[in-house]
Amino acid sequence: MKINDVVCPFCGCLCDDLEITVEHNRIVAVDNGCTLANAKFMSKEQLASPIRRTGEGWENISYDEAIQYTVDMLLDADRPLLYGWSGTHGEAQCIGVHVSELVGGIIDSTTSVCHGPSILAIQEVGHPGCTLGRVKNRADVVIYWGCNPLEAHPRHMSRYTTYADGYFLQNAFRERKVIVVDVRETETARVADEFIRIKEGGDYAVLSALRAIVRGKGDVVPESVAGVSRSQLERIVTLCKDAKFGAIFFGLGLTMTRGKYKNVRNAIELVDELSRHTKFTITPMRGHWNVYGSNEVFTWMTGYPYAIDFCRGIAFYNPGETSAIDLLARKECDACLIIGSDPGAHFPRGCVEHLAEIPTVVIDPVPTMTTALADVQIPVAVSGIDADGTAYRMDGVPIRVRKVIEPTLPNDREVLKSIHAKMKEAKGQ
Amino acid sequence: MTELLIRNACVIDPLNDICGEVMDIAVRDGKIVESVGSGAEVIDAGGSLTMPGGIDSHTHICGTKVNFGRYMSPEDMRAGRTARRGHMHSTSGYSVPTTYGTSYRYSAMGYTTALEGAMAPLEARHTHEEFTHTPLQDMMANTLFDGNWPIMQAIHDGDIRRAAAIVGWTLSAVKGFAIKLTNPGGTEAWGWGKDVASIRDPVPHFEVTPAEIIRAMIEANEMLNLPHSVHLHCNCLGKPGNHQCTLETFDLVPNANNKRQSLYATHVQFHSYGGSSWRDICSRSEEICRAINSKPQIVIDMGQVMFGKTTTMTADGPMEFNLYRLYHNKWSNHDVELETGSGIIPVYYSRKNLVNSIMWSIGLELALLTDNPWQCILSTDNPNGAPFVKYPEIMALLMSKRYRNEIFGTVHPDTEHNVPLAAIDRELTWNDIAIMTRGAPAKALGIEDLGKGHLGEGADADIAIYPININETDPATSAEEVIRAFGQTDYTIKRGRVVCRQGTCMVDGKNTTIWVDPHISENYSMDHDPEFAKNFDRYYTVRMSNYPVQEEYIRRNLCIETEAQL
Ligand code: SF4
Ligand SMILES: [Zn+2]
Repeated sequence: MKINDVVCPFCGCLCDDLEITVEHNRIVAVDNGCTLANAKFMSKEQLASPIRRTGEGWENISYDEAIQYTVDMLLDADRPLLYGWSGTHGEAQCIGVHVSELVGGIIDSTTSVCHGPSILAIQEVGHPGCTLGRVKNRADVVIYWGCNPLEAHPRHMSRYTTYADGYFLQNAFRERKVIVVDVRETETARVADEFIRIKEGGDYAVLSALRAIVRGKGDVVPESVAGVSRSQLERIVTLCKDAKFGAIFFGLGLTMTRGKYKNVRNAIELVDELSRHTKFTITPMRGHWNVYGSNEVFTWMTGYPYAIDFCRGIAFYNPGETSAIDLLARKECDACLIIGSDPGAHFPRGCVEHLAEIPTVVIDPVPTMTTALADVQIPVAVSGIDADGTAYRMDGVPIRVRKVIEPTLPNDREVLKSIHAKMKEAKGQ
Repeated sequence: MTELLIRNACVIDPLNDICGEVMDIAVRDGKIVESVGSGAEVIDAGGSLTMPGGIDSHTHICGTKVNFGRYMSPEDMRAGRTARRGHMHSTSGYSVPTTYGTSYRYSAMGYTTALEGAMAPLEARHTHEEFTHTPLQDMMANTLFDGNWPIMQAIHDGDIRRAAAIVGWTLSAVKGFAIKLTNPGGTEAWGWGKDVASIRDPVPHFEVTPAEIIRAMIEANEMLNLPHSVHLHCNCLGKPGNHQCTLETFDLVPNANNKRQSLYATHVQFHSYGGSSWRDICSRSEEICRAINSKPQIVIDMGQVMFGKTTTMTADGPMEFNLYRLYHNKWSNHDVELETGSGIIPVYYSRKNLVNSIMWSIGLELALLTDNPWQCILSTDNPNGAPFVKYPEIMALLMSKRYRNEIFGTVHPDTEHNVPLAAIDRELTWNDIAIMTRGAPAKALGIEDLGKGHLGEGADADIAIYPININETDPATSAEEVIRAFGQTDYTIKRGRVVCRQGTCMVDGKNTTIWVDPHISENYSMDHDPEFAKNFDRYYTVRMSNYPVQEEYIRRNLCIETEAQL
């Protein structure tokens, strides 16, 4: 059986045009997807039952036992952390917020280690953005800054920018100018019309120089800025100002390098400046398929996009203090529930060590690096494969990921619902 | 079966011509009935003012842009925080509260139904998700059609029936309630960083004018037999001299429906400015109201501005950018492919600022100069003019000349040379306020037959009991009491259940989403239109099959099925 228009639950592009072939409740072929999509849909190494760490290794336990363990762990904790969320659907994220509120815990998503700085910048100066279709149909200048879509978002250029058909462009591929800004010549840089190679840590200076030139103050810009010649910067500004519609996309090369949120703020202010001359927009290249969904859900539920601490009853937000990495580094949190992410693979060593010391439960379909730190793992259906639910694309467009095969395991929201219900019961509510 | 009896209620129910009669109200299984048995639960209202639950017919509380207003404003979130308590979740936010915050605060004020003012079809799922978490109000969504490509194409081709068919398809696909036009044509022009300057200014590339879009949509609206009329945010919002544009727009409107208006013009305060620049801006409320008084086919809401901090948010992207260039605070923009735009900026309305003082005055003038209260609904275009928690103050301002004068004495001293407010003596009555917040919005939205906005037999038992005795209180001299009473009910009853008691919400609640599903003949069905499908899959970035909002998003819902003349 072929299923059309399936949504890919892998990266923030949320491509919704995949064709999946299912035989005997197994996926046997994936068409239209990139290699990352194929790998995700074809992966077979799901855990079959919840497991608990014993002295020597692991033992299988029932879902009831695993859920009870989680409930006891959270109720017993003083500073429980509920972390991850970017790899699950919105309905589960909602219950996650309720659980955090109930135990006075901290809820944080992978945002705090990827686009957290972008959000801080947006909270200072706002965000002139648009949906991806607005770019696809109109943009004649596209800038990728500190990101490498060909690797991390393989279909971004073919679906939304360079190679996509656009209503207002006769020959989209020829008419669109692609500019790549990076510290090394990536694969994406090689297909660009202009490549701006910046010395490491020079983003802020280059953005400032561009802003100065846009404002007509080019004479203050030195001959070379962070390794980029003034003439190239001037050429770029002319391209941007002459554009009918320009779009900047940026990644961790901007948010996680020297300057961090200040870089993003400067990039947004460049767009603001350019908006006085022509149409310009800017969009963060969100990584996980539903990391933006975690920000959306947390925001309407609590008022803040990530790093929310309920320990005083109210929702309290102070990234740097209430973000997962900082809590773990301070060894403040004493129990952790991890869902829809793999901090064992990404967190700094000190944080990982602390996670290994405290009671930790992982809700995840497959064994990951984090499994090695956990006391209990609860396997679940895979959102977008055998569980459906809401996801938010990198531009904020909500899309329902589908269930293409029948699940054999409960899904994230079902597991969290049981945890929540048991907890309310224990608290006499 | 559950039964409730409210005794000694001093009822104002304008749709049933009841004005201040002390009576009992019987409720069975969520509906108003003639009488109940002796086992019914009893609430003694003790002669307190009792009205149908409030209906906000234009407010921004759920969806992409509202949530972005929260997301970008931790300072606003900090300005209104409450902890989890009983059935109430923790809340954050002052001008853009979290969904629970919004729901609890509206409920405490006796509001039980609300219309989200602007939903982009492509992002409808988001709006519906937030509706689910707004548990104490029944919700509807205005659906944006101001810059819709296939519709502009159809209008350009002179094919209004096709335009109507596309509207109908979209409304049922996204579970929307009504046609909303926000700066028609302007949001598409904004895709190039431009705007339209008047209702005769053609939209780039599509070569249709705002006037053509407005007329076509009014016609399409009636072809589809929709409960509500076209809901219009006029062009040129916030620009000095824009009253001309508003009056020209009003002149376009035929009297096309004998049950309700043919056009609902929203936040008209922002569209009633004279002058040619910020230096000589003045009120033109008198001309605007003269037009409304002579055109029963038009209903407006005020869009009152109140002093203080708030957040402006609208689908009108170009307007927000202009506003940003005045305020220089922070600016977000979010264009939506093939459909519309949006923008958000925080603002501070200061009584020491002449323009802000004039705006404040104009909103009140509109309510006081519109002869028939059924044609002017109370609103702040929440949160654009002010957060909805300011409604009680607005009611007091309308009911008391003395209070008005008192505040007028504190605004910018030059205001009086630019507005007629000081010369207006009218004081609205309790009944007027009930009309402007219950009867009129229900009638304008076309939901009175669903049992909304009144307390007749068979109506939904959505009831607000306010701690005030209207026979003992003269609102003209007791502004403070009016504000206190309308700020917090003794009881807010939803579907026959007490959901809020003196500000404390008593239940988890569950919202009902009201939406429309026009039945359209096969010939006009977009599901079987190859050209529509081809262009859809080519220019949208979401496949047509993934676009409709699934049943999962509207668990409890009320679908209004209409027979389209198509
Ligand atoms: S680009 Fe991203 S969303 Fe699209 S198919 Fe590849 S991994 Fe999936
Ligand atoms: Zn509005």
